[in-house]
Amino acid sequence: MVEVALWGALSAATGGRKTVDVEAKDIRELFRKLAERYPGLEPYIERGIAVSIDGVIYRDTWSKELPKDAEIYLLPRISGG
Amino acid sequence: MTLGADFTGQKFKSVGTRPLRPDGVDKVTGRARYGADFNMPGQLVGRVLRSPHAHAKIKKIDTSRAEKLKGVKAVITAADLPDLTGGGDMFDILDNCMARKKAFYDGHAVAAVAAIDAPTAKKALKLIKVDYEVLPHVTDVDEAVKPGAPLLHKHMFTGGVEPKPKKPSNIANRCQYGHGDTEAGFKEADVIIERSYRTEQTHQGYIEPHACVASVSPDGTAEMWVCTQGHFVYRQQCAELLGIDVSKLRVTSSEIGGGFGGKTHIWAEPLALALSRKANRPVKLVMSREEVFRASGPTSATSVDVKLGAKKDGTITAAEATLRYSNGPYAGMWAELGAMTSFACYDLTNVKTVGYEVLVNRPKVAAYRAPSAPMAAFAIESAMDELAQQIGMDPVKFRIKNAAKEGTKSSYGPVYGPIGIGPTLEASLKHPHMKAKLGKNQGRGMACGFWFNFGGQTCTDLNIGVDGTVALAVGTVDVGGSRASLSLVCAEELGIPYEQVKAVVADTSTLGHNDMTDGSRGTFSSSMATIFAARNAIKVLRERAAQMWDISVDDVVWEDGQAKAKGQKHGNLAPLSLKEIAAAAPNTGGPIAGHSEIVADGAGVSFATHICDVEVDPETGATRVVRYTVVQDAGKAVHPSYVEGQYQGGAAQGIGWALNEEYIYGKDGRLQNPGFLDYRIPVCSDLPMIDTQILEIPNPKHPYGVRGVGETSIVPPLAAIANAVSNAVGVRMTHIPMSPPRILAALEKKKAH
Repeated sequence: MVEVALWGALSAATGGRKTVDVEAKDIRELFRKLAERYPGLEPYIERGIAVSIDGVIYRDTWSKELPKDAEIYLLPRISGG
Repeated sequence: MTLGADFTGQKFKSVGTRPLRPDGVDKVTGRARYGADFNMPGQLVGRVLRSPHAHAKIKKIDTSRAEKLKGVKAVITAADLPDLTGGGDMFDILDNCMARKKAFYDGHAVAAVAAIDAPTAKKALKLIKVDYEVLPHVTDVDEAVKPGAPLLHKHMFTGGVEPKPKKPSNIANRCQYGHGDTEAGFKEADVIIERSYRTEQTHQGYIEPHACVASVSPDGTAEMWVCTQGHFVYRQQCAELLGIDVSKLRVTSSEIGGGFGGKTHIWAEPLALALSRKANRPVKLVMSREEVFRASGPTSATSVDVKLGAKKDGTITAAEATLRYSNGPYAGMWAELGAMTSFACYDLTNVKTVGYEVLVNRPKVAAYRAPSAPMAAFAIESAMDELAQQIGMDPVKFRIKNAAKEGTKSSYGPVYGPIGIGPTLEASLKHPHMKAKLGKNQGRGMACGFWFNFGGQTCTDLNIGVDGTVALAVGTVDVGGSRASLSLVCAEELGIPYEQVKAVVADTSTLGHNDMTDGSRGTFSSSMATIFAARNAIKVLRERAAQMWDISVDDVVWEDGQAKAKGQKHGNLAPLSLKEIAAAAPNTGGPIAGHSEIVADGAGVSFATHICDVEVDPETGATRVVRYTVVQDAGKAVHPSYVEGQYQGGAAQGIGWALNEEYIYGKDGRLQNPGFLDYRIPVCSDLPMIDTQILEIPNPKHPYGVRGVGETSIVPPLAAIANAVSNAVGVRMTHIPMSPPRILAALEKKKAH
């Protein structure tokens, strides 16, 4: 089980939760379970969510494992110049 | 992420040296081919008709007279493009390229022609009759959020607000970041600063206008030569918009005369393809400077409120910012990026940022180098300086006291790993610039900046020629010397001289997908892919050497650019060089290559501190930057000269933004200064030599410790210069650009008090 922190817009799509507990071994499973539990998150996942694991931001590596005690934070997928 | 991406602390032979860039001679002799330098047999000239109105309903477009003009081969409007209404982001992209129902800004494309020459194309544009219903417009970010402002989209209800608003608005989205309790934090403060700041809209100011040549064949295949920061992404988007199979559209990127984020978006390219498809001839479309200003890539204009509280000992107790960013007519996440980056430099217990994406009748906002961060930093770092002054603390020491460090919960959420803000501040404090004496009418300022950096999809091919030279094909467009950096990385891994490597940017049909060169990712991502491609090639080289010696590959190691047989039983075997193994390749299994396809995640965040001295002429209000120093963490500087170039370039652009550059709109909603005479970017004579200091705090998630360096350098300048000017004139400057009239007005106001 990992605790996942949500940014503001995701919080609104989960009924105001700031964190959710999810049983997930990697980012792919995390997104799948989040979409199952909170269908309102699906459009955000489709548009792109970045996952910060212990401060390192992963945008595309969905196979990245989620260590049990890691700090996991969901962020918008940002663009750069 | 491929295994082995973590930093190992290895010693370098090639990386960190400063050889000449492989594209240098071509660029200084005029051989280099930019967007407009390419031609195809039988090509037509494409031209675009643009709206003269800031906001107008397109009732009817009559192209019949233009179509009948001799020499005109195709005319297109939105009717010739797919109707993606309701299609979200792709609709917005296409609608910006060619207006469907409404023109949303002065310069919005409404039709395009392809003709045998430029005079005919120009004449044809005049024959197109557009029946507009002119609508009320709004171009100012603060005016657009007022009740009763003209609405761009009647169906736009602010997102991110619960419950959903009942009335439509020009605010597309609200976002919020932060943690703690700011209200309680302000109660603990001894001093509180509250100020509002504004920055005007600026353009990236790339010297080379957008240009492309498109050729669509009747068999459904197509080619495009284009100036871009990301030809794979241009291919993807153009193919999707025009219904072309992705692999049948081959896109080649030209050399690039600057992009800075503005060439991460498509503008006229789908129009050139659509014209070519209709005319059945190649079409060359080059935007004029005026078109570049009116219809491509500006950054947001902003309006930001900041509230900062601190104890007398310099501890910040609470920090808040409300950020309104103009987006142009389509919703982006520009204020959100401002809200995320605002306080990222600091370790704060109580912090809250709120961002509003504001739609206005101006061109669609595009990314500009660390998009949105410079304007937020201007507001926050100005307030930081004022707060330091009020509590009587040195501005650098005040920032050091509050700087984020490893383990700090960032203002945008996650906890930081090893970061460089503290070291850049410490280095600035010790820098001789800080102790240099100031002259009359001079002032000094400093400021910090943050940018995320990111990686992404990356693909690299490394092919070894029969003579042992190495062709390195990369898919990230070289915007700042990355071919030199990547050649150094390739040389480092293979243990060969830099001169033995030739790096090229490959077209979209010869490599797998690569994300764009944005997010400071070019050297970060492609160096990682190059390292893995080289390591894969070394595996092959060892196998070939083993064959040549007729020994087990397990007994072959790769050292100093040679295969060596290890173990006493092979003691009399002389090492085999890359050249020798390459020469034998036809008889040991054929061509030798190494490939790598990765997602280069794990880019480290980046911080910088800038110091600036200015001299302000009290008679004219003109400001001259007399000394400027950039201190920034590079992780590892692969080619230090080009890292310094990035630092200097960001500072130079920031100086222009801070002092001169500004989109000026008339009451009619039309852009008044779409040219470099009236929109003045700095030239060499406006700038001092910009000093740089590279810090190297390794990124643990890159084999060499590399972090991106391209963007962060534009984040601190607006604030550093504003702090310097404010100190020089004794008035807090809150409006960017600090052009002479604004400085004179501030001085007059000071006199009046």
